[in-house]
Amino acid sequence: MRFGIAVFPGTWSDRDCAHAVSVLGHESVPLWHRDRDLQGVDCVILPGGFAYGDYLRTGAVARFAPLMESVQEFAAAGGLVWGICNGFQILCEAHLLPGALTRNASLEFRCQMTWMRVERTDSPFTRECGTGQVLAIPVSHGEGRYVADPETLERLEGERRVLLRYVAADGSPVGGVSVNGSMRDIAGIVSAQGNVLGMMPHPERACEPLLGSDDGLRMFRSVVAAVEHDSLFADAAPRREPVR
Amino acid sequence: MRFVADVVVSLKPVVNDPQGLVVRAGLHQLGFAEVGDVRVGKHITLEVDAANQEQARQRVADMCERLLRNPVIEDYGIELRAASGASPEPLSGPA
Repeated sequence: MRFGIAVFPGTWSDRDCAHAVSVLGHESVPLWHRDRDLQGVDCVILPGGFAYGDYLRTGAVARFAPLMESVQEFAAAGGLVWGICNGFQILCEAHLLPGALTRNASLEFRCQMTWMRVERTDSPFTRECGTGQVLAIPVSHGEGRYVADPETLERLEGERRVLLRYVAADGSPVGGVSVNGSMRDIAGIVSAQGNVLGMMPHPERACEPLLGSDDGLRMFRSVVAAVEHDSLFADAAPRREPVR
Repeated sequence: MRFVADVVVSLKPVVNDPQGLVVRAGLHQLGFAEVGDVRVGKHITLEVDAANQEQARQRVADMCERLLRNPVIEDYGIELRAASGASPEPLSGPA
């Protein structure tokens, strides 16, 4: 399959994502922020970095890039969109996901291993994970504290849209004192349709044992399986039409 | 007519502001014990051309809604004044 990896000025994780895809033997193409052509990709990754310098707010300017118009259409048609770190921030600013990512409670930039529980495996992003499995995937951000109003949080929980939740290494709850202080220990959420995921941790940095963990590869494998086999979200609109 | 708009973007009261807490702790450490709640926000100054003050305010409010603030976590306030000199031409440029 073919991943498309967005490149904004200031993106830094695009090549790491491309490497993770290559580890699995699949193809990826860079998607330049000024282009509108998604080149028929099966999944768009919005990688980590500081798009447009993160000026004003993280992701605030990137959401107006021409590429993002195509990504919006692609997502609306059910296409898989995977925002990682800065990509998650962009998805929130673009209103493809609810809530916002704010300054870490510690006020520190955190670059370290974190652990997260897979809350559901009937998602295209986690179908190769075990139920309740704890993934070791590092974070690298200064603004990853997920916040939303109480109604939004309840809706997310009620609709089972919290896909990843920070836990301790042994899987026990961290009770609000996760690496960034996110509400409900949220590490990753999906859209109502389930085809858009935003997560702060970097799975592309956990795709080989040499890196300390290859748990992130399970998520890449999940997306490949979702695209190549009869996907579990097949009712989510005819999504194989490339958006031009 | 040219106006100057001072836009203040602040975190909504319900949003926890760790920066404000740290600033408050710092002020307390310096002996400013009278300091209560502290919130840290952004101050954005814009020069805008508009037919009148009302139109300028509306345009700046639209800018706030669409870009300058994140409605999920932030509020904003606008203060408008006529630009000194009030020239519709750019202040610098080719003679």
